[in-house]
This record gives sequence, C-alpha cells and structure tokens, in this order.
Amino acid sequence: MPPAYLFLLLSGALFTMGAVGFLVRRNPLVVFMCIELMLNAVNLAFAAESRFLNSLDGVVFAFLVITVAAAEVVVGIAIIVQVYRAGRQMDVDGLDLMKE
Amino acid sequence: MDTIAPFVLLSPLAGFLINAIFGRQLPRRVVGWIGAGSVGIAFIFSLNLLLQLLTGAQPLDQTYFTWWQSGDFSVPFNLYVDRLSTLMILVITGVGFLIHVYSIGYMREDPGYSRFFAYMNLFVLSMLLLVLAGNLVWLIIGWAGVGLSSYLLISFWFERTSAVLAGRKAFVMNTIGDVGMIFAAFLIFLNLRVMDYRGLFERVHQLPKGGAVITAICLLLLVGAVAKSAQLPLHTWLPDAMEGPTPVSALIHAATMVTAGVYLVARMHMLYDWAPAAAATVAVIGGVTAIFAATIGTSQIDIKRILAYSTMSQIGYMFLAVGLGAYAAGMFHFMTHAFFKALLFMAAGNVIHAFQDDQDIRHMGNLRAGLPITFWTFLIGTLSISGFPLLAGFFSKDEIIRAALNAAGGEFWLGVLALVTAGLTAYYMFRLFFIAFGWEWLAHDDRHLHEAPPVQTVPIIILATGAVVGGYIPIASFLSPVFGPAGEVGIGAFLSLAALSVLAALIGFSLAYLLHARRPDLAVAWRTRLGPIHTLVEHKYYIDELYDWVFVRPALAFARFLNGVIETRVIDGAVNGLANFTVVEAREFRLIQTGRLRSYALWTLGGAIGVVVIVAGFLGYLPWRLGG
Repeated sequence: MPPAYLFLLLSGALFTMGAVGFLVRRNPLVVFMCIELMLNAVNLAFAAESRFLNSLDGVVFAFLVITVAAAEVVVGIAIIVQVYRAGRQMDVDGLDLMKE
Repeated sequence: MDTIAPFVLLSPLAGFLINAIFGRQLPRRVVGWIGAGSVGIAFIFSLNLLLQLLTGAQPLDQTYFTWWQSGDFSVPFNLYVDRLSTLMILVITGVGFLIHVYSIGYMREDPGYSRFFAYMNLFVLSMLLLVLAGNLVWLIIGWAGVGLSSYLLISFWFERTSAVLAGRKAFVMNTIGDVGMIFAAFLIFLNLRVMDYRGLFERVHQLPKGGAVITAICLLLLVGAVAKSAQLPLHTWLPDAMEGPTPVSALIHAATMVTAGVYLVARMHMLYDWAPAAAATVAVIGGVTAIFAATIGTSQIDIKRILAYSTMSQIGYMFLAVGLGAYAAGMFHFMTHAFFKALLFMAAGNVIHAFQDDQDIRHMGNLRAGLPITFWTFLIGTLSISGFPLLAGFFSKDEIIRAALNAAGGEFWLGVLALVTAGLTAYYMFRLFFIAFGWEWLAHDDRHLHEAPPVQTVPIIILATGAVVGGYIPIASFLSPVFGPAGEVGIGAFLSLAALSVLAALIGFSLAYLLHARRPDLAVAWRTRLGPIHTLVEHKYYIDELYDWVFVRPALAFARFLNGVIETRVIDGAVNGLANFTVVEAREFRLIQTGRLRSYALWTLGGAIGVVVIVAGFLGYLPWRLGG
C-alpha cells in the first residue's frame, strides 16, 4: 500500500485544482463540478486517513459529505436550470441581481 | 341557607348580563323592570336568609368551589352569612330595589337607559359580593368591583367633561384604598397563612395584642375603608361624585357603597379589638370627618353637594362608633342613614328634575304647593337626620354620641365633637330645607312645577316610613351574636343624653330658621362678618387646591417631564440612535457585497486557509508558534 502522504498529496492536488477552477471559470456548471472536485478531495483525505488510523470516523465524515453534496447538487442544479430558463447568460459574474 | 345565599348574588348578576347584552334591543319598560326586579328578587332571598337566622339557623360559612390553589395558598369561593352581612344585604337590596324603581322614572328620558341599569346591577352585584365574601380575596374583588361601577356611574354622562374628571378622581382615590387593602391581605397571609375569615378570626389572637403587625394590618385596611367611605384625608372625590345621576348618588354615594368602610371595620372587629391604636385612629378619623364635613355643608349652595357633605359627616359618625368598639351602634346608624339619606337624595332628584337640572338651592324655594309629596318626605328626612325625637336618626345618632361620651379615655372630646356635629347637622339640613323648599308664599307662582310620577314618589314614601320607624328596629340585640351582648342603657342616662342632643339640634334648627327663614339679611351680615372663615369653609378648607398643588400638579409636571425629556430624548433617542447607527454602518458594510460570486469564493478560501493556518499554529505544526 502506498504511504499515507501520497494520498494526502493527491487530495491536496485535487482540492487545489477544484479551488482554482472555481475561481477562474465562469460557467456555472463547471463551477459546480469544481465544488464537487473539492468535496471529493476532502473525501479522499478522510477515507485514506480512516484507513491509516484504523478508525471509522473519517469514513463516517465522508458519508456525511456525500449526503450534503447530493442535497446541494439537487438545489444547485435546480437553480442553474431556472436561471437558464429565464434566458440569462450562463456566466456567474452576470448573476448579480441581489447586489445592494 | 347554603342554597339560598348564592342566589342573592346570581339574581343581580343575571340582571346585569341581560341588560348589558340585550339591553339595547329590549323595550325600555322591560329593561327597567329587569334592573329593578333582579334586585327585588335578591331582596326576597335576603329576607329568607334573615328569617332563617331569626329562627335559629347557625351563621353560614359555605365553600362552593376552590377558585385557585398554589402551595398552601388556596382561595375558596365561600360565602359568609351571619347577622352582620344579612343586615347589610337587606339594606343593599331593599333600599337598592327602591332606588332602582325610582330610576325607572328618573332616567326615563335618558338615551343610556339600559347601560344605566346594567351598571346599577353590576354595582349591586359587587356590593353584595363585598358583603357576603367569606375571604379576603373575594372581599377585595367586590371592593374593586364597587369602585369600578362607582366610576362608571359617576362618569355616566360621559359627554360632560366634569363628569369624566369626577369619575377619574373617584377611581384614583379608590385605587389608593384598594392598594391598602391588598397590602393588608399580604400582611395577613404572611403572618397568619390564612385568607378566609373564619381562619383569620381564629388565628388573629396568635399575634401579639397591639403589636406592630396587627396595627399595620388594621391601618392598611383603614386606608381602604377611608378611601371607599370618603373620610379624611381621602374624601375629596365624594362631592365631585355628585356629577353622576341622582339615583346613583342615592344608592352608591349615600346609602351603600360609601358605608363599605364601616362594614369592613365592623366585619374585622376582632382585628380592631386586637389593635387598640388602629381602632382609636378609626374613631379620630370618624369624629374629625364628621365635624369637618358638617362645617363645609353649612356653606354650599349645590343641593346634592350639601347632601354629599352630609353623607361624609354621617359616615364619620359611623366610623366614630366602630372605632370606639360600638359596632352595633355604627351599623344601626348605617341602616337609618341608608333610609333617610336615600330618601333625601331621591327627593332632591325630584326637585332637580322640576327645575330642569338646576342644582343651585338659591334658585329654588316654596315647593310645598308644587311638589307636595317631595316637600313632606324631604322634611321627614331632614327631621330624621337632624335627630328629631323618636325618629330613626335620633336613636342611632344618640347611641353613637353615648358611646363616645362614655368611652374611658381621651375619646370624650370626640363625643363633644359629635354633639357639636349634631347641632351643625340640624343647621345645614334646615338651611337647605328653608332655602330650597322654603316656607314663604309666593303671590304669583308661575313656575308650573310638576310633582314627579308615582314611580318616583312611592319609593320615597316607603323610605320616609323607614326614616320614621327605623329607630325601633332592635339592631343592637339583633347583632349581639356577632358583637357580643348589647349594654343596657338606663332610662335616666338615655333621657339626659337625648336632652343634650335635642338641645344641640334645636340650636342648629333655630339658627337656620333665624338666618334663612326669618332674617335672611342677618345671614348676609354674618357672612361678611365671618369673612375669611366663611371663605375658608366655602372653599372646603382648600383641600382640593392643596391636593392639586401637592399631588396633581407635581404629578402632571413629572409626566410632562417624562413625555418631553425622557420619552423624546432618552427613549426615542436610544431607539432612533440604534436605527441610525444600523443604517450608517450597513451602508459601509454593503460595499463588500459586490455581487461577484468568484470574489466571494476567494474570500471564503482565504478565510479557510486563515483558519487552517491559525489552528495549525496553535497545534504546533508550523515553524513559528502561536499562543505560546
């Protein structure tokens, strides 16, 4: 089995990719995928550490994150679809109606 | 007995509810007879109670239900029917019934007819509750209830500012008394852990006799009694209360409610016997009020105000009696006073109606031809209150004066005061009679005065009968189971005191006859000669002005200060300042709400990294250490 730091490195790399993607991309669907990437990076870290520390706590947290992510996707996709239907451009920088 | 007693209360309650809810839809005739009839039915029930007591029934203390309970504090609804409360409810419902009947005629033109009868029934209900209650809580409820209905009825003609102000004044004064009562109840519960009379009377002797606690309790009760009975120094509301309709003055502010204070002291006589200092205070207040009010009565010109001061003075007599421990004498005078004072007020009401609501006695005069029944009944009432021999007032007043003169200690001078007051009573009553009813014969009587209809005269005639023969009712022996056996009075002692009091009354009468019937010019001359004294008395010793300056104006100034400074500057300032602060700060913080999602994400990420760095620093995973 590879050593633990490799899993953490992979997790950190995935998380950084997600975070940078989130910051630089403007398409809401891509932004969304970046969020998923970050969440799963964290899940990977949890699962790996769970294995190495011989404890189920991390796995439980991973399940929790998956559940929240699923719920969040439902809401998020619904909002994105509604925005699309309303005929607005698919650009997160344009969605600033709530400003002020 | 236990089944009859609640009906005494339920009957006026039903009358009140019917008139209050359906009164506007019902025809006037029905409203009036429901109002009067419910009190009449209560009178019949009261008579039944009296018969049962007279035929040997034991006094009743029946608990009907427990109102509420908390720990060892429980408030039952129990009625206490002994000879004292039976005498009270007989007078309340009997005289009350006559006054209700009178009101049917007196108020017939009034647009608030059903409202009037609803209030009147509410008053009778509260008063009966006050009297029949078997514990302090229900006593206080009845006590506040009569204050409320008194307020409602004084302000009955609410479109008149003076009536509204008078009602407010009465309510404030009565509330002072209510507070005293409530504090007395607190003290009783704290020290004796009881609320009901029977327990109270059983345990009162656990307190040290004449000690601070029992004296404080009795004095606090006295505050309530003084406020309700318009005694010094809480008397100023009663003359103003004459703004109410005349039947109200007759029922509430003469015959029944204002005597509640006397009833309270008599009911609590075991407490007052245990607190001699408080009892002496009662006597002094009564004696001083009696002469104080009588002197004011000599100088007033409003027919109802004269009667109001007379009421104060007579209640002063009753306070004097109960303060001296002559409880039966006080209750005796209460009963006879209810007869003749209700009679005087109702007769005055007839006169006021005949003169189109003019109450100035100087505009009246020579009423024998125009209002014969009113004239003669008023004369009977005047004679009775003045202590004319063998009339009701003669017997009851003499008993009080005798009690005062026979008292062991310094109360002797109270007896002298009472004697002087008897003379003053005769003077102001006959002054009123001569000026308002007059003997002189007008050659041209073109005033077309009309005697009141029988519905207004028959109750007066019945009361006049009471004012004549009421003195022969053996109240002292009737009440002996409550207050202990009545002392025997020798015929010689009786006659010598009677001679004294009749002499006093005769002097008063002669003075009134001389000044107001024979030589009115002398009255004018004396008035100027007395100068400042007359002005002082005419202005009621400036007590109203004093209270105005000492209490009302500072209170108003304080209220204005609160409204002008505290309210606008401090409270509004704090609220508005907080709001303004929020607005200003929100305007600044709004700038970070750019609406750009990705900048939010950057902030979030930065925050998360910051948290990680700080936590890691604390845990020692970084080259530099945080938090030592």
